Amino acid sequence: MTTTTPPATPTGKAAAATADWLDQRTGIGVAVKGLARKLFPEHWSFMLGEIALYSFITLLLSGVFLTMFFVPSADEVTYNGPWSALQGTSMSAAFASTLKLSFEVRGGLLMRQVHHWAALIFLAAIVTHMMRVFFTGAFRKPREINWVIGFVLLTLGLAAGFSGYSLPDDVLSGNGLRITDGLIRGIPIIGTYMSYFVFGGEFPGTALIPRLFTVHVLLVPGAILALVGLHLALVFLHKHTQFPGSGRTNNNVVGYPLFPVYTAKAGGFFFIVFGVIALMGAAMQINPVWNYGPYDPAPVSAGAQPDWYMLFLEGSLRLTPGQLEVVLGNFTVPLNVLIPGLVIPLLLLGPLAVYPFLEAYATGDKREHHLLDRPRNAPFRTAFGISILSAFFVLVLGGSNDLLATHFHLSLNDITWTLRFAFFLVPPIVFAVTRRVCLALQRKDRELVLHGHESGRIVRFASGEYVEVHTPLDEDERWIRVQHEPIRPVQIAPGEDSRGVRRKGYKSDLRRQRVSRLFFETRVEPVTPAEYAAAQEHLAVTAGHGDGAREQIGAGTGPERISHS
Amino acid sequence: MSQVDNYQGPTGNLPDGHGRAPERFENPGLPAHKPRLGDVDPKVDKRRQRIVLALFGVSTLGTIGFLVAYFALPTGRDVATIHRSNLWLGLGLAASLLGIGLAAIQWAKSIMNNEEKVEERHPMASRPEVREAAVRNLAEGAKDSGISRRGLLKSAVVGSLALFPLTIAVPLIGEIGGDWNVGKLKHTMWKKGLRLTIDPSGRPIKASDVTIGSVFHVIPDGLDKTPDPLEEKAKAVVLVVRLDPQVVKSEQIPGASYQGIFAFSKICTHVGCPVALYEQQTHHLLCPCHQSTFDVADGARVIFGPAKRPLPQLPITVDDQGYLVAQSDFTQPVGPSFWERLR
Repeated sequence: MTTTTPPATPTGKAAAATADWLDQRTGIGVAVKGLARKLFPEHWSFMLGEIALYSFITLLLSGVFLTMFFVPSADEVTYNGPWSALQGTSMSAAFASTLKLSFEVRGGLLMRQVHHWAALIFLAAIVTHMMRVFFTGAFRKPREINWVIGFVLLTLGLAAGFSGYSLPDDVLSGNGLRITDGLIRGIPIIGTYMSYFVFGGEFPGTALIPRLFTVHVLLVPGAILALVGLHLALVFLHKHTQFPGSGRTNNNVVGYPLFPVYTAKAGGFFFIVFGVIALMGAAMQINPVWNYGPYDPAPVSAGAQPDWYMLFLEGSLRLTPGQLEVVLGNFTVPLNVLIPGLVIPLLLLGPLAVYPFLEAYATGDKREHHLLDRPRNAPFRTAFGISILSAFFVLVLGGSNDLLATHFHLSLNDITWTLRFAFFLVPPIVFAVTRRVCLALQRKDRELVLHGHESGRIVRFASGEYVEVHTPLDEDERWIRVQHEPIRPVQIAPGEDSRGVRRKGYKSDLRRQRVSRLFFETRVEPVTPAEYAAAQEHLAVTAGHGDGAREQIGAGTGPERISHS
Repeated sequence: MSQVDNYQGPTGNLPDGHGRAPERFENPGLPAHKPRLGDVDPKVDKRRQRIVLALFGVSTLGTIGFLVAYFALPTGRDVATIHRSNLWLGLGLAASLLGIGLAAIQWAKSIMNNEEKVEERHPMASRPEVREAAVRNLAEGAKDSGISRRGLLKSAVVGSLALFPLTIAVPLIGEIGGDWNVGKLKHTMWKKGLRLTIDPSGRPIKASDVTIGSVFHVIPDGLDKTPDPLEEKAKAVVLVVRLDPQVVKSEQIPGASYQGIFAFSKICTHVGCPVALYEQQTHHLLCPCHQSTFDVADGARVIFGPAKRPLPQLPITVDDQGYLVAQSDFTQPVGPSFWERLR
């Protein structure tokens, strides 16, 4: 790269020489020119995805440290290390090496705890990041592919977490594997073979730990790394979405440049995420396997909980009643295991995976969307997402039903029965309530735009009547509340033309219209300039008259509008 | 088709009071940039710079602290010493990292230019002429390959590509499941005359030792000497309890108990956790994993929870020395349900 202004300092000269060397061989100048000042909008919720990325990097760094000492083998050894409680106990080499990592390798316990905490945060960050993307509609065209990639990343994250959790071969993780084996065996026709496929023979066997190790340190992280690369490449390609606001449009990006602002902010944020995880690893004990002991098929501890991201599965297993197991002829179909273990996760996660396509079908909208929605302005979507979350929440509570029982002195059976009903009742109720809350917030927005803020200033008219003066919103405040498009159900052409000939494709149009109505029939539309002008005019005309004053006070029931088209 | 399809985007202005009002409000445009205190006051700027410097200093101190902790604090023989080492190493690491992170962000927020910039977006789709050229290139390539004129070639490519993974898949599937003998799931090592022994000591159990209300965690005699003790144990573990004959409501297998001593599989019929909690007063066995509850006095019937089937009973008796022994293997497969368990 030939520089226009020759750098004066020796470092500057060296940098220019290096850049020139590299550019002559790679033409990297094109990329630097395009990317260095690329703009990214700013919002706290955009950091959730960053937390996921940085906790993943933390996982890679701490994970590489752990692999240097961990022995992925089920070979039986007799423990003779420093931890006296287990001396002379026979255990797998994997468990023994985990003890060694904790007791004898300096910094080993720290890295173990950092790794485990980072995993919990990684998944929590993925989930909250997905919530942000979902509730703001960031998944809309052109980002549907990236949503699906993100969804795959979530499932890979779960796989990474589960495979890692199982590696130390302690009693807790061993029982987790036993449950997994029970789930796999329940699959009709091929279940027992699948179990042998996974465990290399009968449970527990000696094949699983080395296999899991390969899955955990090579296959899954490799896939995550590749997909994260793709995920980020698409973010760069699409340019980041932004929240609506003055000066922010669907055709621009308002923000700060990658170099230097985001280099410093994002780079610094990596250190903060890693630093907070290090603080947790330092001060908060996690998975003290030396207290659990090596895996043995006979014992189990009461009150055991899986890592948080597995709680929903655990809960669905706990809540499903046993009566569902059926025998068809000579064959057993344990629906009491298959429904909670496979069907429910698919039912809850499947709609999320395809939601962008579902919504695009309902809107019939083919345009690109780069401006985010405020969640209240998409009542159906927000209510749908929250109701799915509520179903997960019920299952998570189910996964902790024993702890709820012991901590709150409740009957375990009552909790289980309550949650069984709650799983079916809570999501629809939550859906209805959330949608109402969204509509109410939209009405509140309309009211603010039309009538302004309550000022707390009371004025007495000549007639003796008292009214409160409302201050109008400034331009920026108003714009936030009126910028969104009203989305109405799709209109379709009639089924027959003027001569009574049936139109092809009418049925599929009708289907789409039905879905579209489900999504958008109930809605509150943003204030239009005409409505705003009318409200202002009304105020001006009636100022000083009792009528207008009353109108102002009763603004809550003013000219809002719910359309049913 | 729909209204949104025809929607042209925000147009028009606020009404002037007389003209027809536009459909939508207009974006008021980017608000003016407000400078920070540090942008106008050099003293504040200087102070902010010092904060950044101090934070980088904290990081260096953290690193030094970490190294000191590494060399000065040995990991020990007990939990207290490893916790001490862990705490100080962790605090050092955290300070080292947080110092850098906070410094960088403080720098970005308080010193770097914070004027927002605007960049145009462009539609994702490539321009029509680019698209045309791409399609043309593909068409030319396809023509050059000659594939369209040779149908057989097409199927040959697809066929051989579809078949070649078999070279990896067949041996993998053949070997990955060990001996693939899933019939082993239906049997345990219990057999006629095999003594019941205490887990883990392996001491045999005299019938007279099993008092009413007591519970024994049991493994088969000689478990350690089998080729796969863990796999055998995972199927063969048993719980032994003695019930007052008056409380026994029903028996799963008549004649399978000995003087009120019952032996049941400890492996839950739900998904296989050890059913380890025995409630002496109610004769209930509870699985701590998913809370399936079995009534021992009623043939280990399920009275609550996600399991369907009772815990299989191990038929027992005593040998001539008065030790508990099995009459036979379990009469049905133990543990979680699977497709062919009744076959």
